[in-house]
Amino acid sequence: MMQLPDYEAIEVGDELRPLSLPPITRQALAVYCGASGDHNPIHVDIDFARESGLDDVIAHGMLVMAYMGRMLTQWVPQSAVRQFDTRFLAMTRVGDRITASGRVAEKYTDGDKRYVRVEIVASDQTGEAKTSGSAVIALA
Amino acid sequence: MIDRAIIGFRTKPFAAEVEKGRLRLFAKAIGETDPIYFDEAAARAAGFRSLPVPLTFLFCLEMERPDPYDWFDQLGIPLGRALHGEQSFEYHNGTCAGDVLTFESEIIDIYDKRGGALEFLVQENHITDQRGDRVAKFTRTLVIRHD
Repeated sequence: MMQLPDYEAIEVGDELRPLSLPPITRQALAVYCGASGDHNPIHVDIDFARESGLDDVIAHGMLVMAYMGRMLTQWVPQSAVRQFDTRFLAMTRVGDRITASGRVAEKYTDGDKRYVRVEIVASDQTGEAKTSGSAVIALA
Repeated sequence: MIDRAIIGFRTKPFAAEVEKGRLRLFAKAIGETDPIYFDEAAARAAGFRSLPVPLTFLFCLEMERPDPYDWFDQLGIPLGRALHGEQSFEYHNGTCAGDVLTFESEIIDIYDKRGGALEFLVQENHITDQRGDRVAKFTRTLVIRHD
């Protein structure tokens, strides 16, 4: 069973272990389309994407957010996550290799509860940030 | 321009059961490797009642409605012009396979940038479980391109 990190041992600026993903494939988008229930054709149907003014299909922003979530839950059990926010900054395309990373931005207490806020970013192989956000983790 | 009168528009409450097979499929689709998302025994050993609902899956479950994009049509928003701008989740209680979750959504704000070239629509979703307890809330911001 995964243990919560020790609040006292955490320091602002600590880096979380990054999660690097294989390149986004059309097949991965099709599988995510079915599994997520998000059947918006802009993610799987190139004809629809072109009619909508794009060159190609684009990845679901929520797939990238899910990768960020995996990066968080390889560090803390998901029951400790209180808040998880992201802003989608740029379109993620077929072939992009996403890496999710994070760092501790803040430590604070509220009554007898102790929290850390981590800043998270998902970037592609060129370093372009696709999605950035933050999460609040409750520690014992 | 989207009619600002739709601020306050609510979709009908929708209930969805969290199914184990669906959770496993989702976990596979996001490349998950942690056994707690696939194996009930591992989930129980980690302190969960059953397979836990992954952090972002609540968003997906809300799309289980028969036609999750129907309100785009009702409100005259072209689907191909909408992008996901922001997404936030607040978690109050953990949810697991077997739970029946009810989603109630409301459009809480619409604003524009770049002289109306981009419009932002903010929708809040409140989620309660089969006991009527509030388990989570999520907020989705859509960007509609008019360029």
